[in-house]
Amino acid sequence: MKTKAVKFLRYATILVFVLAIIRQITGASDLTSVGTASAALLLSVPIVLAGLGGLFSERSGVVNIGLEGMMVMGAWAGGMIGTKHGPWLGLLAAIVFGAVGALVHAIATITFGVDHVVSGVAINIIAMGLVRYLSTLLYKAGTWQGPSQSPDVNSIGTNSLPVLSGGNYFGWKSPDLLASLAEKHWFFISDLAAILRGITGDLSYVTVLAIAMVPLSLFVLWKTAFGLRLRSAGEAPIAAESLGVNVYAMKYAGVLISGGLAGLGGGFLAIVAANHYQENQVAGRGYIGLAALLFGNYRPGGIMMGAGLFGFADALQLRDSASVHALILLIVVVLAALVVRDIRKGKIVKAALTFAFAGLSLWYFMAVKELPGQLVTMTPYIATLLIMSLASQRLRMPAADGIPYRRGGLR
Amino acid sequence: MKKLKLSTVALAIAGPLAAAVVSITISSLAVLASHKSPIDAYKTMWDFGTTSGSLMQMLNTATPYYIAALAIAITFRAGLFNIGVEGQLRLGAIFGAYLGAKFILPPVLHIIAIMVIAMTIGGLWAAIAGYLKVKRGVSEVISTIMLNSLAGGLSSYLLANYFVDRTTNSNNMSTKTLPASGQFPDLMPLLNKFGVEDQPGGGVYGMLVFAIALGFVFWFVINRTRFGFELRASGSNPIAARFSGVNSKRMVFVAMALSGAVAGLAGLPAVLGETHAFNMGFRTGIGFSAIAVALLGRNNPLGMGISALLFGFLEVSSRSLELIDIAPETYVIMQGSILLSSVIAYEVVRRYKITLQSKELAKAVAE
Repeated sequence: MKTKAVKFLRYATILVFVLAIIRQITGASDLTSVGTASAALLLSVPIVLAGLGGLFSERSGVVNIGLEGMMVMGAWAGGMIGTKHGPWLGLLAAIVFGAVGALVHAIATITFGVDHVVSGVAINIIAMGLVRYLSTLLYKAGTWQGPSQSPDVNSIGTNSLPVLSGGNYFGWKSPDLLASLAEKHWFFISDLAAILRGITGDLSYVTVLAIAMVPLSLFVLWKTAFGLRLRSAGEAPIAAESLGVNVYAMKYAGVLISGGLAGLGGGFLAIVAANHYQENQVAGRGYIGLAALLFGNYRPGGIMMGAGLFGFADALQLRDSASVHALILLIVVVLAALVVRDIRKGKIVKAALTFAFAGLSLWYFMAVKELPGQLVTMTPYIATLLIMSLASQRLRMPAADGIPYRRGGLR
Repeated sequence: MKKLKLSTVALAIAGPLAAAVVSITISSLAVLASHKSPIDAYKTMWDFGTTSGSLMQMLNTATPYYIAALAIAITFRAGLFNIGVEGQLRLGAIFGAYLGAKFILPPVLHIIAIMVIAMTIGGLWAAIAGYLKVKRGVSEVISTIMLNSLAGGLSSYLLANYFVDRTTNSNNMSTKTLPASGQFPDLMPLLNKFGVEDQPGGGVYGMLVFAIALGFVFWFVINRTRFGFELRASGSNPIAARFSGVNSKRMVFVAMALSGAVAGLAGLPAVLGETHAFNMGFRTGIGFSAIAVALLGRNNPLGMGISALLFGFLEVSSRSLELIDIAPETYVIMQGSILLSSVIAYEVVRRYKITLQSKELAKAVAE
């Protein structure tokens, strides 16, 4: 466990170092700014929550494509209840609505044995239609501004890490060491400080809560009897049943927790990341959460890393298109590293192909000054595809994941 | 044995019947939620939906659904899931419309050329997902969803920067209008001969006939050819298929590309038959509704045809709900509840059949 943490720190440092070099070359100062880092954190939270949602469901053996729909339900409920009864109740409503969507998925897949992907896709279609219908009702009743947008929700407070990133603690104003370090414009050190300041400063309480879900999930799934039983339902349901585990109950629990987490992710989008619900707010983040789950190889820590990458790509896209342009250079660097690796392994053809692709990217980087807006919005999806294609072969999914289970062995 | 047959027939009716009851109940509750009478709602929908103008629109709505559903069914039969139809049909339509307006060919050949372009683009786009699945082990469900988002961004980028027709000054960005040889003739003149009168804003896409023909081709290829057999085999039992000499990786790739090629056609009914160009108003969501159509129709060409018509009917007829002050979006609830209850009903019936058969078998063995 310790070596893993060291390895992670090493990779993170290398990444920041490369980013610092690229910032120096391209002058895209937003690449490692405080604002980008904090936006990246804000945008990774919904993906982390969706990914953890997927984790609980798939560890219990139920594939959950319906995460997207559950997030949509959560975002809608967050906006609706949040405007009326305040943000905290809004988040609670988001969890409940997500869980309701999950209940439908659970009934269809566990009780009736419908194909998991089919049911999940059906739930996504239904959720999107349902919220549109309900929004129209509220709009007609005069409580909403438009059929696709809710009124504003009050903000949930924020705070910062004491000493390092400022903040207010019981009337004591803490110094903001990292921010002053970030303003020095020292190569690498200021970059690192800015990123740390971004992810430790002005945190929403919900963000802290959501990040705490990562170690909590790890604990629940791997250190408790409940977690063991839930995982056994996803690995070997027949064996688990023979040992007295109620497999149906475990699967129901997994899917309902999954829906609650996804709903919270949706509510977070509506209440914390924005301050109102808007149609298409979720925009595929449930699916990206699923991609983070696969990237993280069905482990909470991996999910967090994956979500961080996707959140970073998303943040750059939203803040500054010059940084996305600079990101192409990052792709060139990664590809160059792959070329070196392939040559060392003796795969000359593959290395040549990768080299050609790297050259093409470099040419595009030189040829184009700024990326057009329509292409910039594609960044998170391209990042997802690229990351998935580079990192998804050594997956170890739960052995009985996606297989409808029926007590007594009949199919 | 006769008794079993009787119960099979009963089951075949019971499944859809139960699904219909459940979905009507849910839809009625949705209407009741807005303090209106469901009976009024259904009556208004029926009265409006059965006028000949509405029926024509129903056919026009159902045609792209049907073609896209066929595309999805190809992957379902191969044990895959192409959720990316939305993106494939969008790219197929924009490239077909843009490149199709660049040349002039004799009437029928021109349309065929546009179709080939759309199929090629759709097929290539889907082939990315096929390649990633076979070579990199990326789940096609996730990659096709990402490719959908990419196709959306890419098509609006291409339209705004390269494909837009700058000779006309209009707020609605559009590609150049297709020459007459590239326009699919409408069915209206033919219908006039059968005594159907013109309707305001009416017309029936000529590609309806093409879609029906495509349904027959689908049935024949899937059920009556060696290729179709291998496709189904690799879908229902990949291991057995491999042992009988089917290259399952190749099958995955081919099925994805073929599905994308068919999906590329699904955007054409409107482009070739109505707008004669690709513009900003191109309908979104065809690919997602088509997933529901394919699931509801159980990947069967006839079943998908019926469900495409049903979805088209609900969508068109629900517009009348505004007259009696009910949100027209009610149709989404209806479609959704029909989809979910049918999917569950199919599964319940399938399981019940197995139980029944094993009981029959036990009885027969005991005797």
